Amino acid sequence: MKCKTCGEKAAINMRQHKLALCKEHYLSWIPAQAQRFIAKYKMFSPEDKILVAISGGKDSLALWDILIKLGYQADGLYIGLGIDGGFGYSDKSLHFCQRFADRRGLKMIVVDVAETYGSSIPELNSKTPRGKDKPCAVCGTSKRNLMNRVAREGNYDVLATGHNLDDEAAVLFGNTLNWLDNYLLRQGPVLEAEHSGLVRKVKPLFRFYEREMAAYALLKGIDYIYDECPHSEGAKTIYYKEILNQLESNRPGTKLIFYLNFLKAKERGVFAEPEIRKEEMKACESCGQPTMAPHKCAFCRLVENT
Amino acid sequence: MPAKLILRKEIFEVKSGMTVRSALEKLEILPESVLATRQGELMTDDELIEHGDEIKLISVISGG
Ligand code: SF4
Ligand SMILES: [Zn+2]
Ligand SMILES: [Zn+2]
Repeated sequence: MKCKTCGEKAAINMRQHKLALCKEHYLSWIPAQAQRFIAKYKMFSPEDKILVAISGGKDSLALWDILIKLGYQADGLYIGLGIDGGFGYSDKSLHFCQRFADRRGLKMIVVDVAETYGSSIPELNSKTPRGKDKPCAVCGTSKRNLMNRVAREGNYDVLATGHNLDDEAAVLFGNTLNWLDNYLLRQGPVLEAEHSGLVRKVKPLFRFYEREMAAYALLKGIDYIYDECPHSEGAKTIYYKEILNQLESNRPGTKLIFYLNFLKAKERGVFAEPEIRKEEMKACESCGQPTMAPHKCAFCRLVENT
Repeated sequence: MPAKLILRKEIFEVKSGMTVRSALEKLEILPESVLATRQGELMTDDELIEHGDEIKLISVISGG
């Protein structure tokens, strides 16, 4: 297969776009596409201060790389979860992020949950009355709170995460299977800050396939953590991704169309507004982020109990 | 000499002369879920597997 641009041997073929490119042209195509989507979905402009949530995985580091290449002001935020899994998952992932930032002279903010709140994510989880074997719910609540907190304290205009199309399509698949209308309404590549305690969130990679991001990281020589968080094993997301990839294998473009047509349906008003809007929610007495609880949000109660 | 396909800790033997895509299909690995590399270079699906190749498959799916 030949590169569509120069005719040299192609490094990757994207069946959904009927496009094959060599290494050089792929490495310039991805950032150019990203820039198109950033503009098309009005994500941010060069004047904005961007905080990139990085995990040490391929997507978030590739996102940071692309934003810097495009000339944006982007700092990294790494949240230390304190997850070991028998191979030092959190330590390892921090190491990849640190090395990425150091080599490029970029600013990285590190928040270690155990250092800041006295307990790691697995410890916080075991102390909850409903403590489940998987700490994912506690982890998600904590990450969300901390990302908003750091972004607001550092006066960032926008928080960018590395979610790719496979991530978004898998969530959409789950939300649709269960007709979670409130979640469907809030799913999208740009989430406005609907409350003074929140920061605007964007997903600049949402139109790229996971496979495209892995190829970008590989061709660009970005070292990332290949091992998964030990708690993600057997997660529903992976199962949904596999199902979508089966459809994709037979009909290239299926995942992309599934997600893009959802966004169009949303624009047409297919999903109704929820009864409780974020603006009407109370501000947590401790951190100021929106909550349904009378005094403090779930995260603040969680870290107070320890 | 057959060729080898390596995915994480698993090693599969395949015949040379087939394309990457048909080898993956034969092993029931979804082509969308991996990247095939030979000596560190990415391979497209239509490339032929040669005698004695050691092809490393990189899983691209993460739990998120
Ligand atoms: S899989 Fe790991 S990182 Fe992801 S939510 Fe669960 S505990 Fe947190
Ligand atoms: Zn080319
Ligand atoms: Zn709070």
